[in-house]
Amino acid sequence: MLNIGNKQKRVDGPQKVTGKATYAADITSQFYHAYVLQSTIACGSITAIDTSAAEAFEGVKGIFTHKNLPERLKNKVDYTDPLSPPGKPFRPFYNDKILYNGQPIALVVAQTFEQARYASKLIKVTYEEKKFKGSLSENLKNASADRAPEPASNRGDFKKAFKNSDYTIIREYRQSRNYHNPMEPHATSVEYKSDGSLVVYDKIQGVASSLKYLNGVFGLGADTVQVKSDFVGGAFGSGLRPQYQLFMATLAALELNHNVQMVMTRAQMFSFGYRPEVIHTMKLGCSNDGILQALSHKTVGETSTFEDFNETIVDWSGLLYKCENVNLEYELTPVQSYTPLDMRAPGGVSGVYALECAIDELAHEAGIDPLEFRRKNYVDYDQNEDKPFTSKELMACYARCEEVFGWKNRKDLSKTEPHLLTGYGMATGSWEALQQPASVSLSMNEEGTFTIKCATADIGTGTYTVMSQIAADKLGVSIEKIKFMLGDTAFPDSPIEGGSWTVSSVGSAVASVCEKFKYRIADVWKRNNPDYQAVAFGDISFQKGKLEYRSKAFSFTEIMQQASKEELSIAHSESPAEGQNTHSGYAHCCVMVEVTVDKDLGIIKVPRLVNVSAAGKIINPKTAENQLLGSMVWGLGMALREEGMVDTRYGRVMNANFAEYHIAVNADIHDIHTEFVEEKDDKVNPLGAKGVGELGIVGLAAAISNAIFDATGKRLRKLPMLLDDVLEA
Amino acid sequence: MNTNLVHFTLNGEPVEVAIEPWTTLLDYLRYHQKLVGTKKGCDHGQCGACTVLIDGNSVNSCLCLLVSLDGAEITTIEGVATADNLSLEQQIFIEEDAYQCGFCTPGQICSTIAMRNRAEINSEEELKDWMSGNLCRCAAYKNITKAARRIYEES
Ligand code: FES
Ligand code: FES
Repeated sequence: MLNIGNKQKRVDGPQKVTGKATYAADITSQFYHAYVLQSTIACGSITAIDTSAAEAFEGVKGIFTHKNLPERLKNKVDYTDPLSPPGKPFRPFYNDKILYNGQPIALVVAQTFEQARYASKLIKVTYEEKKFKGSLSENLKNASADRAPEPASNRGDFKKAFKNSDYTIIREYRQSRNYHNPMEPHATSVEYKSDGSLVVYDKIQGVASSLKYLNGVFGLGADTVQVKSDFVGGAFGSGLRPQYQLFMATLAALELNHNVQMVMTRAQMFSFGYRPEVIHTMKLGCSNDGILQALSHKTVGETSTFEDFNETIVDWSGLLYKCENVNLEYELTPVQSYTPLDMRAPGGVSGVYALECAIDELAHEAGIDPLEFRRKNYVDYDQNEDKPFTSKELMACYARCEEVFGWKNRKDLSKTEPHLLTGYGMATGSWEALQQPASVSLSMNEEGTFTIKCATADIGTGTYTVMSQIAADKLGVSIEKIKFMLGDTAFPDSPIEGGSWTVSSVGSAVASVCEKFKYRIADVWKRNNPDYQAVAFGDISFQKGKLEYRSKAFSFTEIMQQASKEELSIAHSESPAEGQNTHSGYAHCCVMVEVTVDKDLGIIKVPRLVNVSAAGKIINPKTAENQLLGSMVWGLGMALREEGMVDTRYGRVMNANFAEYHIAVNADIHDIHTEFVEEKDDKVNPLGAKGVGELGIVGLAAAISNAIFDATGKRLRKLPMLLDDVLEA
Repeated sequence: MNTNLVHFTLNGEPVEVAIEPWTTLLDYLRYHQKLVGTKKGCDHGQCGACTVLIDGNSVNSCLCLLVSLDGAEITTIEGVATADNLSLEQQIFIEEDAYQCGFCTPGQICSTIAMRNRAEINSEEELKDWMSGNLCRCAAYKNITKAARRIYEES
């Protein structure tokens, strides 16, 4: 039976529903527990730190600060990781300098978690404070294009075309800072073995990144440290770079020669990366008949004082619609904060928010239906790169979404409740469909069970399941015969799990290794069956764990027995498909939403959300749909809930907890629907599959913003959009 | 160290333990009993990842001091399935794909069990309200709601 395209239940489901899935903090060896003390100022230096009372406290095993960082961690040590942006990475305890509020300044290690936490409060710190810029708005005048990578090149003559346009708009859109906040706090459990080697269980989106960091900082090689990560309790980008708990737990384990575990508190989940605050300036012009003539997108984003974090934001405006005259600018400005970090659809979600709001505003100015306007300006090749797309079924998404949502007759749908205003909005979304190099190994044992290994991750996306499906399909065996293993530096290399490229990269490698296996088993069969020596590979088929030739079937296990083999092992490294160079790969979607706004109270609700996506071949509609829905909920959260609030006087996040940093809850979500249109793609990768984990969030906040305008006549032009914004506007 | 003697049943087994007064049920489960299926998502009663059943009710175990539980009947996710079979709730969660990363799942399942035991649910809104104490950052809400509805209707 064909597995690809099936709504296969997750193969790791039983572990997840019984509590047996072990995340980084769920390792139950005898650990010392580590607790971090954070700075209470944002800028300056530590003048004194008194740890004596903490050291004397019951159960305390060790305290680490800048005063006692081992010398070997100071000399020519490389603190970068594979995703470090330009600049100098943060180095914990490196000196007395304070770079941001919440910076780890001491680590207390104790027998129990409670002892460590309590003892940390006994440490006395005095500081010398310096002045600083605590927010993007405060430091706008230092924004500079020199710190940022250059966007896609400008084309045509924007100024002239803008001047000659029949309708023009100039608008500013602002987005607040967002924090990833996976449900699982960042954690690292380090087992210290008697020979001095370490097994490190880290919360990370790719164990290779942790290993690279441990190698650079502590000089630990793959021979002395193994990094594992069987389950990751969500990450959304927070695990793209190793976070400070990895440093802390490893430092303590090495210095104390003991197992050490460090788990961040929820408040500490606000003490590292985030989606940066940005300000967009959009200038758009179109002709009387709604043809886009000129488009300018300038974005200023925040970064830290020590690294230049950048995203691809404005390029999306040069990509999504046909336009000959385009001007793109991107600038960064430093604020006294930790470095921002890629967060679900980084850059795209920001750029497309501004673009899709602006397009809606321009369509409104021109008096054209927003869907019609987008169709008029459709583009079927990548103007930034001057390349064709590997595939683009966005028109089909528009058509299907229009139908499912009932866009044409939307005004008749309004159920009139006297105190509610109802509005409808839409947007286009898109995300890259990239493929990275990936390696896998496969082995079959004498019972005909396959073990496939790769150092990739499953952050809830369904990697275990999807890879098992691909293998089962390609090998012609049932899925129960496949054991897919991941999250271990002992396994073949994988790209980090991010960018929605895991299915594309690892999946293609799995498909190829299975293909190789078939050649190998056919060889073994031929060698042991002289009658079949001359059989062509193309005349053999593989089904139900058997090799079939004409009407004869030979089970894999039989073939192995004949050859007296106990195991058959193969490795494979897959390079990106040729189409990744010659073409541009993107997934696309259309999203439509209905909102209601309470006339008197300003409360905004989203009764209906519909997304139709084109993402190539969908390997598992069950997990793919789930990811898209989750991504849409993120869009709603970004639009109406999430805001990391910084008190700029102290540079401190004021709402570092789930009570005050609001993420969408179950009751926020009503009628929500997603589906896929058929999209054939033989260029993007051998599977023809595009990732979906990031697609659903792109454009969604704009659609909600546009719907709020439709309901109230007010453009809020900021995220999140709150009830007081509605009342004040 | 001052300790208090507490008696309770944990997943059907009687337990007697001398415990410090500040130890939460959550830390007791995770650190003392090594029952790590119950998760710590916030330690402040804001996320529901630590939800367990006490006398059939869903409770945030991070907000409960163990000393206050003398005589209680405590069930964690580890006590939900029998040796050979997943419970109805667990099967339905798998069938409906009511999770992604799985971190919030033990808490979500405990909340559905408490709902089945105790709650009177009359509408979709009430169902969502009941399940809203359990945050899911993966946002598998649509499927969680589907699963919760089936659990309520099928039991
Ligand atoms: S850990 Fe108890 S509610 Fe979050
Ligand atoms: S499944 Fe990941 S938090 Fe709910």
